Amino acid sequence: MIKCRMAKVYFTSNLRRHVDCPTVVVVGKNVREILAEVFKVNTRLETYVLDDQRAVRKHMRILVDGVAVKDLTGLTDTVHSKSEVWVMQALSGG
Amino acid sequence: MAKRILVSTRKGLFELGRGRGGWVIKDDHFLADNVTLALHDPRDGTDYAALNHGHFGIKLHRRDKGKKAWNEIASPKYPPKPEGLDDKDGWGKPVNWTTQLIWALETGGPKQKGVIWCGTMPGGLFRSTDRGDTWDMMESLWRHPDRNKWLGGGADIPGIHSICVDPRDADTVRVAVSCGGVWVTHDAGKTWAQSAHGMKFDDGPASEVESPDGQDPHMMVQCAADPTKFWVQHHAGIFKSVNDGKQWTRVHAKPSSFGFGVVVHPEDADTAWFVPGIKDEKRIPVDGALVVTRTRDGGKTFKSLKKGLPQKNAYDVVFRHAFAIDETGDMLALGSTTGNVWVSENQGDSWQLVSSTLPQVYAVRFA
Repeated sequence: MIKCRMAKVYFTSNLRRHVDCPTVVVVGKNVREILAEVFKVNTRLETYVLDDQRAVRKHMRILVDGVAVKDLTGLTDTVHSKSEVWVMQALSGG
Repeated sequence: MAKRILVSTRKGLFELGRGRGGWVIKDDHFLADNVTLALHDPRDGTDYAALNHGHFGIKLHRRDKGKKAWNEIASPKYPPKPEGLDDKDGWGKPVNWTTQLIWALETGGPKQKGVIWCGTMPGGLFRSTDRGDTWDMMESLWRHPDRNKWLGGGADIPGIHSICVDPRDADTVRVAVSCGGVWVTHDAGKTWAQSAHGMKFDDGPASEVESPDGQDPHMMVQCAADPTKFWVQHHAGIFKSVNDGKQWTRVHAKPSSFGFGVVVHPEDADTAWFVPGIKDEKRIPVDGALVVTRTRDGGKTFKSLKKGLPQKNAYDVVFRHAFAIDETGDMLALGSTTGNVWVSENQGDSWQLVSSTLPQVYAVRFA
């Protein structure tokens, strides 16, 4: 039996200023699948997080249980049951 | 005569209007966000604004005529990069197939309602036929083998900053690339050819200084009523063409020929304006005095226009899109890196300071 992995996905307030993206619980076994579920119902959000090649934007960070994802293009980092996924921006000046 | 001026800045879009005493700031939009360019479409009254959110990428917003609200529309998107493709720019650096700046926005021909052209970094050219709801990349230009010769000038990566849709035939479009010369299509983008012959740098290897593909036109404009004639503010000086951009010749101006912006009178191709800086490695006004130079004889002579502009301790740089002319040819607007905006209603003879406290100005546009 395949165990269902329910992850909770959070978005920072800076991102929520531009796109309505409340915290959601979705199913998936890696970051790509998790985000795909999120973007399925929020297509505009995808362009804020991923670039034209569907890689994580240069100044964005995605953390799974506090650890930054390593595969920024394939997004194959594993998500566990009850994982917390944070989609946030890196710090910048200006 | 134009009733509004859209001022795109590092911290928002400001809308100027004419009051009793002159031009004033009437409204602001996207406050605190990075608005890099705006466009007013006179065909249907629509306004467009390009934003660079940094973290979240490049976005386009549209406001319909008479409406208050802006709505986000699609941004130009690069096609998937073929797996294994070794795509490098003229510096040998890998090309990131992602829109990194909207650097040019222009309307299509008068009869092409809804057609908008968009130039981007790292060099993709896009066209929309539905007011920006969807975009098609000009893959004919993007996949041209000479595109790999393009390289970043002041920016790290190349980009298309000037788009001239020919008033005689909207299928003829010329674009200028920093750095990549000038490209022209006569068949609505099916095929493209280099058109920067005659431009040249002052320094560099002999094989490179006159190579069209490496030229750095900072800005290119076409005379609406005399469309065989073009002006280019180039990295190495001022160039003009009187034969549809087939050949370019150099023009020398005082106090300097270095700068970014250029505008041409819509009815008189011999009348053009520039905003000079000292030179490439000293991008400030000559002697701390900001002037606009104007030629009325096709570049044989230039007059420095300074009435109303600061003549002491001025270090304003005017970016390429921060200099505009209205459709009458009488009004000019000027925005600077130090947040100054001036308007002239008499072809630059005198200038009114609208604000000295705006954020860094990227672009001004009459509407």
